[in-house]
Amino acid sequence: MTSLQFSDVGVRYGQHDALSNFTDTVKPGEWLCLIGPNGAGKSSLLRSVAGLAKHSGEIRVDGSPLRMRSAKRRAQLVAYVPQSPVLPDDMTAREYVVLGRNPFVSHFGSETKHDWGIVADVLERLDLVDLAHRAVGTLSGGEKQRVVIARAIAQEAPILLLDEPTSALDIGHQQQALELVDQLRKEHGLTVVSAMHDLTLAGLYSDRLCLLHQGYRVVSGTAAEVLRQETLAEFYGVSARVHHAEDGTVVVIPYRQGSSGN
Amino acid sequence: MRRWWIPAAGALALASVLLGAMVGPAGPSWWRVPLALLDHLPLVSIDSGVTPREWTIIWDIRMPRVVLAALVGSMLSLSGASYQGVFRNPLVDPYLLGVAAGAGLGATLVFTLNRTGSSTWIIDPLPLSAFAGGLLAVLVTYVVGTAFGGQKSASTLVLAGVAVTALATAVQTFVLQRHTDVVRQVYSWILGRLSSATWGDVRLVLPYVVVSSVVLFLHRRLLDIMRVGDDEATALGASVNRVRIVVVIAATLGTSAVVAVSGLIGFVGIIVPHAVRLLAGASYRVIVPLSLLVGASFLIIADIPGRVLQNPSETPIGVVTAFLGAPFFLLLLRTKQGTR
Repeated sequence: MTSLQFSDVGVRYGQHDALSNFTDTVKPGEWLCLIGPNGAGKSSLLRSVAGLAKHSGEIRVDGSPLRMRSAKRRAQLVAYVPQSPVLPDDMTAREYVVLGRNPFVSHFGSETKHDWGIVADVLERLDLVDLAHRAVGTLSGGEKQRVVIARAIAQEAPILLLDEPTSALDIGHQQQALELVDQLRKEHGLTVVSAMHDLTLAGLYSDRLCLLHQGYRVVSGTAAEVLRQETLAEFYGVSARVHHAEDGTVVVIPYRQGSSGN
Repeated sequence: MRRWWIPAAGALALASVLLGAMVGPAGPSWWRVPLALLDHLPLVSIDSGVTPREWTIIWDIRMPRVVLAALVGSMLSLSGASYQGVFRNPLVDPYLLGVAAGAGLGATLVFTLNRTGSSTWIIDPLPLSAFAGGLLAVLVTYVVGTAFGGQKSASTLVLAGVAVTALATAVQTFVLQRHTDVVRQVYSWILGRLSSATWGDVRLVLPYVVVSSVVLFLHRRLLDIMRVGDDEATALGASVNRVRIVVVIAATLGTSAVVAVSGLIGFVGIIVPHAVRLLAGASYRVIVPLSLLVGASFLIIADIPGRVLQNPSETPIGVVTAFLGAPFFLLLLRTKQGTR
């Protein structure tokens, strides 16, 4: 299992600081969920780990700096699922999933039997065998999301980054996708960092939440510690009640001003 | 199913070469041609009944034309497919970055400056000038496109290509207006020609086509990765900018070389890769080799009616490719949509 350390990480787009002085350590096998309003810096943080945004400070994987790595070596360590993945309509699911093997294929080489074996295995484990030869353009939203996760799993990277993995899904498929990620995390010992908007789901699945606001890390801890009525009001500007269920689940319920707010 | 496409396309290419060698206004009976070709293979001896004079027609007149058509057709199709891949735009053709307009301007200048014919030159200046014009145009496109590109270099490159094309075309039109006597020559060059093909032309373009095809062939898997967009391809460990630059240079060099000897043959670079996509799927691992083979076959076959129909004055090949290609493409599009 692999740890991920951030020391003083900043991301800047032109004159705008999207993320400032972010310091944190994601423990091996931990699921850290980044929360915060739009523009808080969640995606920037994920993109800096994936090598898509230039950053200051240092990001370390198991103690060794990520910036020293080539794009290929980085991709062997970190798999990234973007918020709206590009799925070429006419590509088959199998062709799409095998793209995840790129970090292990030499520049001008082609996939080996071993690579195709891993793809077949991932397709089977994610219940995609029947869809393997379907064009991804013909798949439903939930199936597409499974195919994208399959590509990331085929990458066999110990760190999985998920940017809003469920924002395009209905409540049933949201649950399925997150259950799948959690199951894969346990099976493969993955370290997961995700950005999510649904606070209840974020608290339900992750080990730890980290609230960002305007590029700064505000607070981090368990769902019960972070999801507090006054915190949400201050940083999201939302009127919401926070309900603590008996099993420890924290549920965030928005309410309208003027109706019952306690 | 898919594994049969490549052998089938190989067989089609071979059949096209044979057909191309068999048809023509003069020469031996068509059925003697394959025998004569076999007879000239090492270790094979067949009495084909072809006279030495007839063999000259086959080998020195028809074959260079067939081979050149194959090289031009495969290069244009392959470049078209590759450009469509790296720019993630299905409407892109091999002339996107200004090759056609630059080469057209180069050719126009030769026709206007050299109206007495090329007798005073040791080598024909037309292909050289077209090649130089094409490369220069792409170079300008590239320098301008990347200088102001920044993050969005793919789209700025295309826009720079549009600007350079407009500029070169404007200069060409201006020059043509002042020298109306060469308009006919220039337009017949623009519509493409294979009629004067010699083994010399083949030798001229062969190195470019081979190098360019090998480079593009080696990038076929990476072209699949480019399809998911720059960000995701980078996150998958691909060097997106390097792949794009190498593919663009290889495709441009090959295109400039074939345009220099054949003129601007249109439609091939769009129609062939799309026909291949509709038939055999969207993976560049299949599209790249198939475009090469189908492009070669398509241009050899498209060249045949041109030399038979209006003998002795020929129909420009660019007109034939459009005539054959456009309806075939529409039919394919319709059939394929019907089955979906």
